[in-house]
Parts: sequence; C-alpha cells; structure tokens
Amino acid sequence: MTAATTNGDRTIQFREALREAMTEEMRQDERIFLLGEEVAEYNGAYKVSQGMLDEFGPNRIIDSPISENGFAGLGIAAAMYGLRPIIEFMSWSFSLVAADQILNNAPKMLYMSGGQWGCPIVFRGNDGAGGQLGSTHSWCVEALFANVPGLKIAIPSDPYDAKGLLKTAIRDEDPVFFLESERMLSDKGHVPEEEYTVPFGKAALRREGSDCTLVSFGRPVHFCQEACDILEGDGITCDLLDMRTVRPLDSESIVESLKKTNRIVVVDQSWPFASVASEVISQVCEKAFDWLDAPPKRVNSDDVPAPYAKNLEAAFLPHAEKIVTTVRSIVR
Amino acid sequence: MPKKVAYKAQIEHLQILDENGKLDEKLAKGTLTDKQVLALCEHIILCRHYDEIAFKLQRSGRMGTYPQNKGQEAIAATAMAVTRNDWMVPCYRENSALFLHGLPMEHILLHWMGDERGNQIPEDVNVMPISIPIGTHMLHAMGIAWAKKLQKTDHVALTYFGDGATSEGDFHEAMNFATVMKAPCVFICQNNQWAISVPREKQMASETVAQKGLAYGADCIQVDGNDVFAVYKATKDAVAKARKGEGVTLIETLTYRMGDHTTADDARRYRDSKELEAWAKRDPLLRIQKYLAAKGMWDDKKEKAAEAGAKERVAQIVKNCENIAKPSTDDIFDYTFATLPDDLRAQRDSMRTNSLSLEPGQSTLRSPEPQHA
Repeated sequence: MTAATTNGDRTIQFREALREAMTEEMRQDERIFLLGEEVAEYNGAYKVSQGMLDEFGPNRIIDSPISENGFAGLGIAAAMYGLRPIIEFMSWSFSLVAADQILNNAPKMLYMSGGQWGCPIVFRGNDGAGGQLGSTHSWCVEALFANVPGLKIAIPSDPYDAKGLLKTAIRDEDPVFFLESERMLSDKGHVPEEEYTVPFGKAALRREGSDCTLVSFGRPVHFCQEACDILEGDGITCDLLDMRTVRPLDSESIVESLKKTNRIVVVDQSWPFASVASEVISQVCEKAFDWLDAPPKRVNSDDVPAPYAKNLEAAFLPHAEKIVTTVRSIVR
Repeated sequence: MPKKVAYKAQIEHLQILDENGKLDEKLAKGTLTDKQVLALCEHIILCRHYDEIAFKLQRSGRMGTYPQNKGQEAIAATAMAVTRNDWMVPCYRENSALFLHGLPMEHILLHWMGDERGNQIPEDVNVMPISIPIGTHMLHAMGIAWAKKLQKTDHVALTYFGDGATSEGDFHEAMNFATVMKAPCVFICQNNQWAISVPREKQMASETVAQKGLAYGADCIQVDGNDVFAVYKATKDAVAKARKGEGVTLIETLTYRMGDHTTADDARRYRDSKELEAWAKRDPLLRIQKYLAAKGMWDDKKEKAAEAGAKERVAQIVKNCENIAKPSTDDIFDYTFATLPDDLRAQRDSMRTNSLSLEPGQSTLRSPEPQHA
C-alpha cells in the first residue's frame, strides 16, 4: 500500500495529467507515438491530446481512419517491431470491434512466439458510463478483459494517479489497458511539478477506519468517499483502498486491511456477474476466510444494460446510497 | 446534363510462362534468370516433399493439424523479389516463400507439431510467425510497414492471405490504412479458389480479388499464380514501388489448392475431381520443368537427384523436430508477461492455480522436470 504525495499546491485537470504523462514520455523516448480517432487536428475528442500535434508533428500524433480493429492492429505490429504506441480508443466501448486484436493478439504474442515478440503497447480511453451515452457506449470493460492473461489493467481515480500510472504504463514491456472516465476528465487534483511514477499493483489507502474495508478503483472510489462521509455520521469508519490497477491486483493490501476491519465491501462499476469484485471476494475467501466476521459484499452496477435516461443511469451505478446500505447491513 | 464517368478501371492479368512451359520472352525480360528458375524448381521439389511428409506425419499421429501447400509453391518467387531486410507476414500456405526468405524448415513442422518454439524466428530472419486466425495479420503487416516508414528505412512488408480472407473486415481496414498512410506494404492474395469448402464464387460477387484494392486507391494486378515469372515480376514491381514510397499494391495470384484445406477435412467430399484434374495440368512445377527441359537444363536424372536430395533433407528435418527436448512447463508462465509476476511465480512453482497454491512451499505438486525424447 502506498500513499499519494500531497506536497505542493499545483492543481491540474485529469485530462491535463494524462497529457503531461504522454508529453513528458514522448520527449524522452522517440519511439512513442499516439494514434487514434480525432487525436491530432481536433486535439482529441475529449481534448486529452490538446496541443500535442503542434509539439510532436503528424508522424507522432496521428489521426486514424475510423477503424478500431485497424489501428489496434497497426499499433500491435509497431510495438512488436520496436516502437511504443499509445492507442486511444475514443471510448473503450468501441474497443469491442477490435477484440481480436487487443485480446487475441496483443496479450498472446509474447507467449505464442516463445518469448520472442513482446508487445509494449498502451490502449487508453474512456470506460464506464459517460453521462447518458446509452447502453452501447457505456461499457465497463474491466470485468470482460481482466479475465485474459498477458495484459495489465490500470484504472486511475484522480489526476495524480492518472499521470503516474500512465507513465508506468508507457514504460511497461507488456500490453496495458488504461481505463479513464469521461466523467472525471475535468476533475482537478494535485499533481506535483517533479517527475514521479505510480507503480502497478500497489493500492492506495484513501481513508482509514476500523469497521469495514471498502475496495474500489476508478470513478467509484469517489462514490465510496461520499459513502464514507455519510457513514462517519453514524460513527462507522472504513478503510478505503483504491486499487489503481486490477491486473496486477494488490490482494496483499486487501487482506492486510481486512485483518483489521474483519468486514469487506467491494465497489465496482462493472456488472456483478464474474466481475473484478467477484474476483476480489474469491481471493478474500481463499486467503482470509477466518478473518471475516460478516459475509463479503459487492456493490456493482445493476445487472442490466446501462440505461439512457439520466435518473435511471444514476440509479444503475454503484452510488453512495447503495454503498452505505450495504456497509450498514454488515456492520452492526 | 450528360452523365460523366466518375471512375473507370480495369484489372490486368499477367502470365509470362504458360502451362506448356512456353515463355513470353518479351515480358520475361529482366525477370528470372535460368539459374534462378532451376533453383526454384529444386526448391519446389523440396517443399512438395516436405508437404507430403508433413501430411503423413499427421496421418500417423505424429503431428497435429497441417494445411497442405501443394500446388501453390510458385509463391516462392516472391522471396526472390525482395531483400533480406524486407518482412514477410504470412498466413499458412506460403511455406516455400518463407523457407527461401531464410526461415529454417524445422520451424513450420515444429509449429504444427504444437510447439511454440516453431514461432521463435531467428533474429536475422524477417518473417513473422504464421497467423492462423484468418486475416488478422494483414493489419500487422501494415503496422510493420508503417513502423519502418517512421524509422526512415526503405524496407517493405509483404503480407500473404487467401481469397476467403478478403471477406474479413481486417482486409479492408488494412488496405485502407496502408493506402491512406502510404505504408510500404505489398498485399499478396493467393486466390486458391477455395476457402475450406466454400468456392470463390460463393465467397464474393466480385469477378476478381484484385479489383477490391481499387476502392482503396491501391495498384492492383492479377497474375497467373502458378507462373513463377509472373509472380516474380508483379512482386518485384510492387516492392520497388513501395520502397520508393509510391504506393501500395494488391497482387492476386490465381492458383489452386491441390490438397485439402487442412488435414481436418476431405476435399473430395465437396469438390469435383474434374476441377482438380484441370488444375493439375497447370501445376507450377510441371511447367518450369518443361521450360527447363526445353533448354536442356532438366531431365529425369536431375529430377531423381533432386527428389533424393529432398528426401534426405526432409528426413533430417523431421528427425531434428522430433528429437528436440520437450518444452519446459516453465515456458507457460515465463512468456506470459515480460517479467514474471509473483502470483504466476507461485503457480509456476506449484503447477497449480492461484487459489490452490497459496503456500507453494507446502504443495506436494512440483513442476515435472523437462523430458528429453
């Protein structure tokens, strides 16, 4: 478990943190390029790559035809050939049309070539409900993709981690799926001027408490914070673990916290069935069953396609009220 | 207002050596030398024998599935039209080209015997592991070509695929990308008329495969795919164009799959034997033997010697493949990530899943020692 640095007072947006990570890495390493729809002339559909075309030129900031399978495949080959591609999916929902490339090629190349062809590539983009984007555009892909060996999945919850984790992702020798949230891109947070990275597989303890362990990652970490504020009014305090990466998963930190609180709730924006939350609870049962004083619980999005209507989408997500109710049900 | 023609195109078909071994001297100028044709003749004999032996290995349970290459060996001529620096991104019916480009012949057998080490291509051989999912590798060829361009080399990537693969979206995305990004890439479609049991006319309504490239602004040509001269010339021209940054070419080689799709099907059940007989007369080997014989460079004695040489060589290759030490179970774990994570290390040490090997030290199951055959 590591705690985020809080020195200094520079505050920037989540999208700026992503841009800084890419820009700084690109200045240091000529092999890196950014490829995706609208990333160059338009500065990115969500303005993450604003100004990068001006600095790096069209050979390194590249507008792609609308062809996810195409640019995923291009990136994979370029990675195998010695370059360091960053592939932007406007939304991870669109990565599904590139499933063969990202799941059947990128994470298997090293293994299938007997260790010869590594695939150091970053796929990044928006994941999860973006705000009334409808069912087909609101995918949380982490549950689906975390099942596949050979890839890593990072899901930052604030600008500090967004920058530090993306730098780690770009330097990593394996394919990394980097999951951002459209709903957090404008979030502001402290990001120091000086160089830093955030390692994979090390959770951050966002809050300390003694009654229950909350485990989460990405946007739902904020739902947990809200829930913790409400619960503290009842005198219930929680450890809140932000996993930062779900592959690798820092199960040690989870078990360590559980041994203190003896209760656990996992909050995950994916659907519940076979989700990362399910995996966390499986591991908890295997590794620390005797430390549990109550059944381990999950709070996921509801097990239905993401709704379109504003009120229904809000109700569907693993929001604070659901978390509060769940924690109260096991903390007596 | 009169209508105008917005776009007009045609597809040329190139044949230089006909099925009787007669050469169009004018078209053949500056293509293959007789010495090269002789080398190709011997190479095809070697590859065909290799193909037969691979089939027999499968039938006798010594190998998994195998896709016969028989009848499509003229594709070897593409290897004579490139340099060692150029990359080949293959599917699985261009063994003859890969071998000529430097891939040790053991690798293909090892691959089909189910050994990942078949895909460990030697460092100085610019060949990608063969791609079994249909069409996915065309995007990789385009990606490699584009990476080469970015690295300011003048190397070219060639990718090979079948007629059926042009129905995949990957083909269209790869063609579109390559032409838009001016990647030094050559697309070679071996149109062998059959995609497992589906004939070309049920695969596509277009008269040729070549014309599909027109939509993307590629240069497109159809060649007699059983004519080594035509295959060589089209490839040579396409590679030269790509190297100079002058565009992408789609070459359709008209050929025929003389064998089954793989050892898992029986083409006799879905294919008319008369069709096979007609194509047998257009066999690529037959016509270069006729051509060389007319020049006094080929006779029965030479053929017997080539066959004997091929037998000896393939026997040694099979021996090498069957005698290789079995892969270690460590490989499963070691090659999943660039650096072995702790949870996989525990699984490797115990050969048990994460949940069962929490304390690998206490586990009684250990990795078996690698066995040597």
